[in-house]
Amino acid sequence: MADPMKIRAIVQGDIADIRVLMAHPMETGQRKDPQGNTVPVHFIQNITISLNGKSVMEGQISQAVSRNPVFAMKVKGAKAGDKVAINWTDNKGDKRSDEATVSA
Amino acid sequence: MHSTTRIALVTALVAIPASLFAQAGRIDEELAKGRAMLAADNPGELWELKGSKLFYEKRGPKNASLEQCDLGQGPGRLEGAFAQLPRYFADTGRVQDMESRLLSCMVELQGFQEADLKKNAFSTLSRNSDMEALATFVAAKSNGMKLAAPLAHEKEREMYAAGEKIFFRRNGPMDFACTTCHDDTAGKRIRLQDLPNMNDPKEIQGVMSTWPAYRGTQSTVRTMQHRLFDCNWQMRLPPLGYVSDFSIALTTYLTQKAAGGMIEVPGSKR
Repeated sequence: MADPMKIRAIVQGDIADIRVLMAHPMETGQRKDPQGNTVPVHFIQNITISLNGKSVMEGQISQAVSRNPVFAMKVKGAKAGDKVAINWTDNKGDKRSDEATVSA
Repeated sequence: MHSTTRIALVTALVAIPASLFAQAGRIDEELAKGRAMLAADNPGELWELKGSKLFYEKRGPKNASLEQCDLGQGPGRLEGAFAQLPRYFADTGRVQDMESRLLSCMVELQGFQEADLKKNAFSTLSRNSDMEALATFVAAKSNGMKLAAPLAHEKEREMYAAGEKIFFRRNGPMDFACTTCHDDTAGKRIRLQDLPNMNDPKEIQGVMSTWPAYRGTQSTVRTMQHRLFDCNWQMRLPPLGYVSDFSIALTTYLTQKAAGGMIEVPGSKR
């Protein structure tokens, strides 16, 4: 099981600023280990973000994104107390889901 | 050469250095902005989160958590513990920094092998380090407090004196001392990294209060022990033993010099 994400969600007016840190090696498939073997490609493929169970964003990313990536987005129509749920799935089928509450 | 051309050339030569200085000031400002943007979403917080889990989890051959670990404020009391380290501990008879104390706890309470812990203290791209996460978690419990390590016990003063000697002593194939690079560094950089002047109270506070820190170039959190290990390597000295007396003496000296620095962990560094 992957390590937890760190989610921050702050609302200003009716726009929520959501920022999420994900713990992931994001291997590009280009790197070699100390023995000289290529480290297999391993990256987050799909990200979904939902607000109170309603999907607000779905994204597909590639191995070009950095290790331990951070994503930030603004979501309209959010209010304090709303539940933000974020999921990711990587190319090896590993996944992680975390939840946070929007704060004022 | 025509005299007006000569005048123009002279003006140009004078003008170049002046504009370079102006540009250097602007580069520093732009770099500071970039660093502030990186620090706003510091992945080091993931290590803090992981450390909080590891600390309370039952682990090791003795299947125990670290809740009974005494970091100087009593068993399990973490608030402000880092702010008062390194210090002398009567049970081990040594001056210990945060990492050496955590290591003692992991050996005593959880039954881990000391040699294994030392070998795995620094993570690699393919292997995580429990110590890096635990140190981040424990240090962050002193956030907002000021560095205030004690210097009353005889052993603490011994360590401080030894650290001071090491800091100023030139040695190794390059004949470097710590102070060779870390003194009178105003406006100097190595590539894009400001070189801190460790003889300046403000600058040393900024350094000692922000480790453990997430290092972007290494994609992981590094600790003070690693910083000193790396400094030693850069000076081409023999590998620094993890939590060795040498490293603790230096940490004791540097922490004392940085007394009053406001702790902000995890830091965000190159």
